[in-house]
Amino acid sequence: MSADRHIWRSRTLRPVVTASVTLGAAVGVFAISFGVGSVSAGASVAQTCVMSLLVFTGASQLSAVSVLGAGGSPVSALGGALVLAARNGVYALSMGRRIDGRLPVRLVAAQLTIDESTAMSMGQDDPTAQRAAFWITGLSVYLFWNAGTLIGALLGSAIDPVTFGLDAAFPAAYVAMVWPQLRTARGRTAAFLGSATCLVLVPILPVGVPILCAALAVLVGVPPDHRVPTAAPRRTRERSGEHSDGEPS
Amino acid sequence: MSWTFVFVLAAGAFACKAVGFFLLAGRQLPAVVERCLALIPAAVIAALVAKDTFAAGQHLEIDPRVAGVGVSVVAVWRRAPFVVVVVLAAGVTAGARQLGWS
Repeated sequence: MSADRHIWRSRTLRPVVTASVTLGAAVGVFAISFGVGSVSAGASVAQTCVMSLLVFTGASQLSAVSVLGAGGSPVSALGGALVLAARNGVYALSMGRRIDGRLPVRLVAAQLTIDESTAMSMGQDDPTAQRAAFWITGLSVYLFWNAGTLIGALLGSAIDPVTFGLDAAFPAAYVAMVWPQLRTARGRTAAFLGSATCLVLVPILPVGVPILCAALAVLVGVPPDHRVPTAAPRRTRERSGEHSDGEPS
Repeated sequence: MSWTFVFVLAAGAFACKAVGFFLLAGRQLPAVVERCLALIPAAVIAALVAKDTFAAGQHLEIDPRVAGVGVSVVAVWRRAPFVVVVVLAAGVTAGARQLGWS
């Protein structure tokens, strides 16, 4: 625990905090347009806010609301939304092994397991920083997402994210997140195959499914390798006081 | 929209997260599974980059997002801070639209 406490004061964490808040703010702007869209698709302000609090998966919420708003059936709206949500299950496979603590803490961590928190965590080198990045990003995005939803639902009139180029802000953020994963040859191959798979399938499959198929690119990891190719180092047990981090003091 | 819909969606979305988070917690997985799990972010986040840059619903298109994301790649390569990367991408994309590229 002392190792964990130490990292909060660490200078190495500052870029993570900055990145999390920036990302949170960008998410908040999209949350405003989600709130607006949800209310105009027929949901009440309360339903819209409860959705963001409990579902907490932007892509799923947006697709559910847009299908319902376009007159689609609740079943098809649910189907599409849950296919998108399955992506978080894939993230949770790896995050569940990194985040420890009591059951209530882990339940909260499971809820916070989304694109942004996972990617930011994976971008860190040591296990303590990975945990810190996960929590900071997850909580930041949670706060901004719900605040933005409330504002949007109450506002009822949209600011247009497209005018401000915010639709490019997300992929740009993902570029920064994926970059550390490209250090290994296998990471690069998986990234290339994943994005190629996704683009080929976008015109063919329903929205949300291509991303799931892209996850198949992890099969690049099947053949054994002499040098350990893991881009994200595995968590190792560390006792208090034994933690050595790279911060000069 | 019914409350039932909201709660079923919430339960389903959390179930997706919880299955991954708790099912395999504390278990030692085969090395091959470990190697594949470590590649999840590379594969999926790269796919998100591609989708958010080129996809508009079920169509692919080249629009001002490409310029913004392209600039962000250069910025990340030149080790620009995260904020700069995101703001540059949004600014370049918005600017390209102002200039009439849609």
